[in-house]
Amino acid sequence: MNNPTSIEIELKLLIEAIYLKYSYDFRDYAGASQKRRILHAMTQMHCESISELQAKVLHDPDTFMELLQYLTIPTTEMFRDPEYFLALREQVVPFLKTYPSLKIWIAGCSTGEELYSMAILLKEEGLLERSIIYATDINPHSLDKAKKGIFSLERVRGYTANYQAAGGKQSFSDYYTAAYDSVLFDRSLCENVSFADHSLATDSVFSETHLICCRNVMIYFNHALQERALGLFHESLCHRGFLGLGSKESIDFSGHANHFEPLVKSQRIYRKC
Amino acid sequence: MANSNGNRNTLTDEDASKLSGRRIEAIVIGASAGGIRALMLLLGKLPAHFRVPIIIVLHMPDTRESRLAEVFQHHTAMTVTMAEDKERISPGTIYFAGPGYHLSIERERCFSLSCEEPLHYSRPSIDFLMSSAADAYGASLAGILLTGANQDGAEGMAGIHNNGGLTIVQDPAEAEMAFMPQAALDLFTPDFIMPLEQIQHLIFRLEKS
Repeated sequence: MNNPTSIEIELKLLIEAIYLKYSYDFRDYAGASQKRRILHAMTQMHCESISELQAKVLHDPDTFMELLQYLTIPTTEMFRDPEYFLALREQVVPFLKTYPSLKIWIAGCSTGEELYSMAILLKEEGLLERSIIYATDINPHSLDKAKKGIFSLERVRGYTANYQAAGGKQSFSDYYTAAYDSVLFDRSLCENVSFADHSLATDSVFSETHLICCRNVMIYFNHALQERALGLFHESLCHRGFLGLGSKESIDFSGHANHFEPLVKSQRIYRKC
Repeated sequence: MANSNGNRNTLTDEDASKLSGRRIEAIVIGASAGGIRALMLLLGKLPAHFRVPIIIVLHMPDTRESRLAEVFQHHTAMTVTMAEDKERISPGTIYFAGPGYHLSIERERCFSLSCEEPLHYSRPSIDFLMSSAADAYGASLAGILLTGANQDGAEGMAGIHNNGGLTIVQDPAEAEMAFMPQAALDLFTPDFIMPLEQIQHLIFRLEKS
C-alpha cells in the first residue's frame, strides 16, 4: 500500500476533528466516495484546502451542518427497485399480518422517500394503523425534510411507474396534494412515525422490531461498520424478524451470515434465524 | 511521446521503456457507445491464467439488471463477474460495474458501491472508478479509455496519470465514437494512444512487465 498522501492525512484529520468536536463518527465510512464528497464540499464551500475546511468546521457549527449535507447521501427515489417492494408485499406482509401490533425501523431514512413508500404499502395492506415506524437518520436536515413530506412534483411523477410496478393498489396521486412545483404527502401516513436522530456507528438498539429496512446505507460503510450495523439489526429484530437491504447489498460475506437466512434472495430480504 | 504508429505487434524501444520496471496490479477500463464490440476484441483472447484483475465501467441503459458478466463470460477464458459491495478484488478476474450504482475501489483493495447522483449523466461513472483506483493503486495501475460519445473518463484517466499510473487511450481515429478518447487527449497526454489491436497486445505485456 502507498504511503498516505497529504490529502489523505488531511481527510483523516478532518474526520477525526468532526468526531471529537461534534460526536459524528465518519471514521469507518468507505474512503473512496467519502473523499470525493469532501473534495466536492471543499470547492462548494470556497476552501482552498481540506485543512482550511477543517478549521472552519471546528470553529463554526453552522459550517459543520453545511458540510454534513455533503457527508450524508440523500435517497434517490420512492419505490426504488419496485420488485423489492412487491416482494415485501407478497412475501413479508402475510407474516406481518399475524402480529397484533408492529414495529418497523427505517434505518437511515434520509429525506423520507423510503419511509413514505413503506407507509403507503402498509396502508394498502391494512397494517399502517397498528404499526409504529421508527425513521432514523444522523442528518437533522434530512429528518426535517422527511417530517415535512414535501417533494418536487417532477420527481414524484417519475415515481408513479415505480409505485405501480411495486404492486400499488390505488392511483399514486391519491397520496399527495400538488401545489405549484411541489407535492405534500398525506399527513395521515406519518401519524405513527417516530422520527429520531440515531447513528448506526455510535448508538445502540432502542426497541424490539419486526421489520428493519436499511437500503443503500451500509454501502457507504467499511466492513467493520457494516458488521456493527448488522449486529444492531440482529439484536433489535424479534424472533424470526425481517431485514430488507439494498439490491446490491449482501450479508453473505459478513460474520452475521449465519444469523440470517434469505427469504427472497434476489431482493435481499432476509429473516432472522 | 505518444505512439500511434501502425506497427502492429511490437512495441518500439521507447514504448517498451515505459513498461520496464513497472508492476501492474490492476487494469481499469472505461467505455461507452461502441464499447461492447471493442471490449469483445480486447478481452476475447486473454488466457484463463491472466493474473491481473480487470475492472470495467461500460455505460449501459439503466435497466437495473445487467447481463454483461454472462455475455462476456462466453467470450473470454477469464472469470467474469459483476462487482459486489465490499468484495475483495481477486487476481484473474474481470469485474463489471452494475447499473444504477457508482463503483469505487478502496485502498483496502475491495469495491464499494454508491448511489450518489450520476456524473456526466452516468451511473456507474468511469471517473468515479478511475479516480478511486488511482488513489488505491498509484503507479501500479493501468487505465484504458475506449470508444464513447461522452466526456466521462477523461478526468479519471488524468487522475491515474497524475498518480503515476500507466494510461492508454484508444486512437480516436479508429474508435467507433471518437468523442470520449478525444476528451481525454484534450486534457492530458497519455503514455499510449493506440488502436484496439495494439492495446490488446499491450495488455499481455502488462502482466509480464
